[in-house]
Amino acid sequence: MPSATPPPDPAATAGAISPAQAASRHAAQRAAPRRVLWAVLFALTLQILWQASRPPVRARARDLPPAPSLATLQLAALGDPVALSKATMLYVQGFDEQAGVSIAWRNLDYVKVALWLQRVLDLDPRSQYPLLAASEVYGAVSDPARARLMLDFVYARFTEDPNRRWPWLAHAALVAKHRLHDLPLARRYAAAIRMQATGPNVPAWARELEIFIAEDMNELDAARALIGGLLQSGQITDPNELKFLAARLDQLNQKH
Amino acid sequence: MMRPALTIARYTLLEALRNRLLWLVLLMMAGAVAVSGFLNELALTESRQLQAALLGAVLRFAAVFLVATFVITSMAREANDKGLELLMALPMPRAVYLFGKLAGFGALAVLPALLFGALGLCFAPPEQAALWAFSLLCECWIVAAFSVLCMLTLNQVLPALAASFAFYLLARVIGALQLLGHGAGIVQSGGQQMLNTGIDGLALLLPHLDQFTRSDWLVYHSGSGADLATIAAQTAIYVALMAAAALFDLHRKAI
Repeated sequence: MPSATPPPDPAATAGAISPAQAASRHAAQRAAPRRVLWAVLFALTLQILWQASRPPVRARARDLPPAPSLATLQLAALGDPVALSKATMLYVQGFDEQAGVSIAWRNLDYVKVALWLQRVLDLDPRSQYPLLAASEVYGAVSDPARARLMLDFVYARFTEDPNRRWPWLAHAALVAKHRLHDLPLARRYAAAIRMQATGPNVPAWARELEIFIAEDMNELDAARALIGGLLQSGQITDPNELKFLAARLDQLNQKH
Repeated sequence: MMRPALTIARYTLLEALRNRLLWLVLLMMAGAVAVSGFLNELALTESRQLQAALLGAVLRFAAVFLVATFVITSMAREANDKGLELLMALPMPRAVYLFGKLAGFGALAVLPALLFGALGLCFAPPEQAALWAFSLLCECWIVAAFSVLCMLTLNQVLPALAASFAFYLLARVIGALQLLGHGAGIVQSGGQQMLNTGIDGLALLLPHLDQFTRSDWLVYHSGSGADLATIAAQTAIYVALMAAAALFDLHRKAI
């Protein structure tokens, strides 16, 4: 026997909920047993008490771990060493700002820092970032021994690709002259630029750096000459780097 | 026979779209842009290169993860709902079913490749971004074909997922493993030589995915037509191999 189709509910067609629908919805949302609710509240209270009873978290500075071997990093890169190189550089750069603690650069182990920077450069030899960090950031530390380590690093890596890495050795020459007051070292760096950075893209003034290293310039004038020369040659285009160098010039201006 | 295969491909694609896959892809894009934008602000120099490299790496893994997971869970659902048995009962060769599924998954991979490739345009010239997107598509096709084979062979979601991701990781590091094994020219013991032979053998079987979707193309714009040809040839060979192996397995199934 065919079943009769019920007539459409006028309330339902108007968008209102019929009593039957309300009842079915009520049935779909049954009340949980009261014991289960108590169990939830008890577990929640226990959790809050447990966390409240624990000692507060204290920020503690961690030492920079030793740099992994290049082989380990090459495997960890999963075939994309450039991306890992950038990520590693950010890790090293951000190490002085740990959660809740700020470590002065002079308290970092610079031998480890140099090795980390070397790894970053090994993963992506076209990157200039580790050299900027070595010459401009870590090399600016007040401890001469640490600064020398960074300058040595820049010099050693400059020789691998002089035509692209000369700006960092130029910075290193200025640091050697004005911070370390080591004129022979500064002249050695400037001479290395003159002799090795002979590519067509290296501006003439860079090869003549030895002259203004030898001149009796103060640090601000030398930095102005160098940064001004770099800007003119179109070598610096990154907005963050421009900001960073401008801040460095401001610092020098305030000192003088 | 083309028509049923296209119908299967269409419904496979529809299933993906109804599973909110497009939204997930867009969400991943937004997340990757936000994170890489934040990291870009931290950089002292090479900020755009840094953003491009990290964005490229994250999006590549996201695309592969989405495609592999969808392929495996979709095929598992079809098997559990007896959809596979229903299709096998239809008067069509098993190859049609398989090619329909592969075509559907292949079309699905176009979605992340196009969207993520469009992001690449912010960092690289159009031809480099296009090469990167095409390479991502090929990488996803290889992973999708391997995932289909895994699901047909292993029949279970977890082992198939584990096998797919293990294959992907191994295919990405196999080049580095070979370099490490043969590097430095040191005198090697018998065990090391055997290990190296094993790695070399494995390298013959795997696609070298470390040559695919390279961040260098977005950062240094160093991709070339030769890269494109190598990737296209490797993808054609490997997808054909996976499809043939999956067809072999499908024919052995007692359905």
